[in-house]
Amino acid sequence: MSELISQHSMIVEMQKVVKAYTTGNVEFQALRGIDFNLKRGELVAVVGPSGSGKSTLMNIVGCLDVATSGQYFLEGQAVNKLSHNELADIRNKKIGFVFQAFNLLPYATAFENVEVPLLFAGAKGRTRRKRVTELLNRVGLGDKLNNKPTEMSGGEMQRTAIARALANDPDIILADEPTGNLDSKSGGEIVKIFQELWESGKTIVIITHDVNIAKKTERVIKLKDGLVDTNGNML
Amino acid sequence: MKPAIIYNVFIRDFRKQRKRITLTLLALCWGTLSIMLLLGFGEGLQQQMTIVGKGMGDGIAIMWGGQTSIPYKGMGKSRPIRFYADDIEYLRKTMPELEMVGGELSMWGVRIKYNDNIVSEHVVGVTPNYEIMRNMIPEAGGRMINEKDMQLTRRVAFLGDNLKERLFGPDDAVGAQILVNGTPFTVIGVLKHKTQNSSYYGPDENMMVIPLTTCATMYGTPRVHNIVYKPADLSRNAQVERRMFEVLGAKYRFDPDDDRALSVWDTVEGKREFTKLLIGVKIFLGIIGGLTLLIAGVGVANIMYVSIRERTREIGVKMAMGARRSYILAQFLIEALMITFIGGALGMAISYILTESFKRLPMDSMVLEQLGRPTLSMEIGIFTIAILGVMGVLSGLFPAMKAASVNPVESLRYE
Repeated sequence: MSELISQHSMIVEMQKVVKAYTTGNVEFQALRGIDFNLKRGELVAVVGPSGSGKSTLMNIVGCLDVATSGQYFLEGQAVNKLSHNELADIRNKKIGFVFQAFNLLPYATAFENVEVPLLFAGAKGRTRRKRVTELLNRVGLGDKLNNKPTEMSGGEMQRTAIARALANDPDIILADEPTGNLDSKSGGEIVKIFQELWESGKTIVIITHDVNIAKKTERVIKLKDGLVDTNGNML
Repeated sequence: MKPAIIYNVFIRDFRKQRKRITLTLLALCWGTLSIMLLLGFGEGLQQQMTIVGKGMGDGIAIMWGGQTSIPYKGMGKSRPIRFYADDIEYLRKTMPELEMVGGELSMWGVRIKYNDNIVSEHVVGVTPNYEIMRNMIPEAGGRMINEKDMQLTRRVAFLGDNLKERLFGPDDAVGAQILVNGTPFTVIGVLKHKTQNSSYYGPDENMMVIPLTTCATMYGTPRVHNIVYKPADLSRNAQVERRMFEVLGAKYRFDPDDDRALSVWDTVEGKREFTKLLIGVKIFLGIIGGLTLLIAGVGVANIMYVSIRERTREIGVKMAMGARRSYILAQFLIEALMITFIGGALGMAISYILTESFKRLPMDSMVLEQLGRPTLSMEIGIFTIAILGVMGVLSGLFPAMKAASVNPVESLRYE
């Protein structure tokens, strides 16, 4: 395993990435030439005030959005040059998203929600059933397969979302304020799951306001006005 | 995606916008119903017209004499042309392009008496081939005039079914004696009822038919008023008519180009024109139905737009999970097609039930006898399905393209 890791020790490499939005005649730069690297197997927290570009950074890392300028290599592959379909396939297989608002399909059961990325990957019925059951058991929801989001607590919904993010065994988990909508007990459980995932070798990025979560990570990156803030107190 | 999930989505949408979806389904159902019934009406009309159009005869032409309008071989114009009974035999021999040729001599206001019933009617002396050419089919137990009647100048009569009712009521007519202008005749047959939408001496159900030779004897004339013929090859009707002018022109010495010398009513040509008219009517009805369906299609597109606006977050989530744009497109297209399919199937089922129950109505009114009943055919079904399919795709495609162009970053932004 260690040899494999050393082959591609940098899973994410970003150089001078700019993301600009134009509203009318006004251009706004959410990211202003950021350098951001991620080692394979790292657990990183991204902090910063709102509007500092945290979510934009995560969207670009997760290939949901593309940079206006600058270079982004994911596992050595230049993301800027990829087509819509290639980006979709990367999101499907290499990235797992966890959102603050859970973003589960409201009409579908826990099982069906976790199944979604597997369906897009074209997995066969039996494989899907096995994988979904395994994942929901792993996050402690083995008895809630057929519950819909309305029949679950916030913590249960977020655990379902994590199971969904893991469906295609991605390399990177991107979590945007995963505990923001949860009480401290449920939030603690979620953080524990992330730590377990990190120990199992996943690369994890958590955007958070919570100091306690940031303290549990290996590295904290502070953003300010679209740049990495290297000065002063980390938190 | 699993059909079950699509089903779930549909049910969820249905619960959320029950009124809108119900109205759209209703509009689709109504549009399908109107297009199918209108086309069915056209089809029924055409079928009925084909049946009643054959009432007078199938593929025949009726010819009568006129006046010359062009001086010919030293003879001036305005010379009347009249036919004689021996013309029939002459035409039969000289024109092999005719399948059949016959003649008729008509007498108006003839007193026909049976017991105490007296009617004044129209009597026509005809040749036996009228049985086939003019669809003079006898009811069971009777017969039409034959060659022997002609040779022997028999005093036998074939009655129209309506005339028979007036003379005999429910009684049996075949074999009975009637008096025609005081001369006894024997009834040999009664016309089997037929629907007839064209005639030249009034409907056949009111007339009495006797052998041409007998009629000529009573009238004391060697003439015939009309010659009726049927070309062997119906597609060559115009050439046969032209030849008729040449043959008779040679005999009666008029210019074959003198179109006033003979008058010809060619039912083949008329039928051709009528078929074109009917196609026009069907296209018109189809367009009206199609427009109704188009409005329903706008409803489907509207529903899809609303649904997509309410589901941008869901679309964004799916994109984040790795859905390609084509997948999002397909999902909404399938949904639009499903709504269209359900509404269309409902409309088709109702129009089928309506036309089937219409078939069970008795056809005793004059209107129905002429217009026929709405009839669904395979072509109408295929046409409607094709229109529904095209409309479903169009009304789903534009909203679906909108859905596929959703920006996942925008739609996932936390509110």
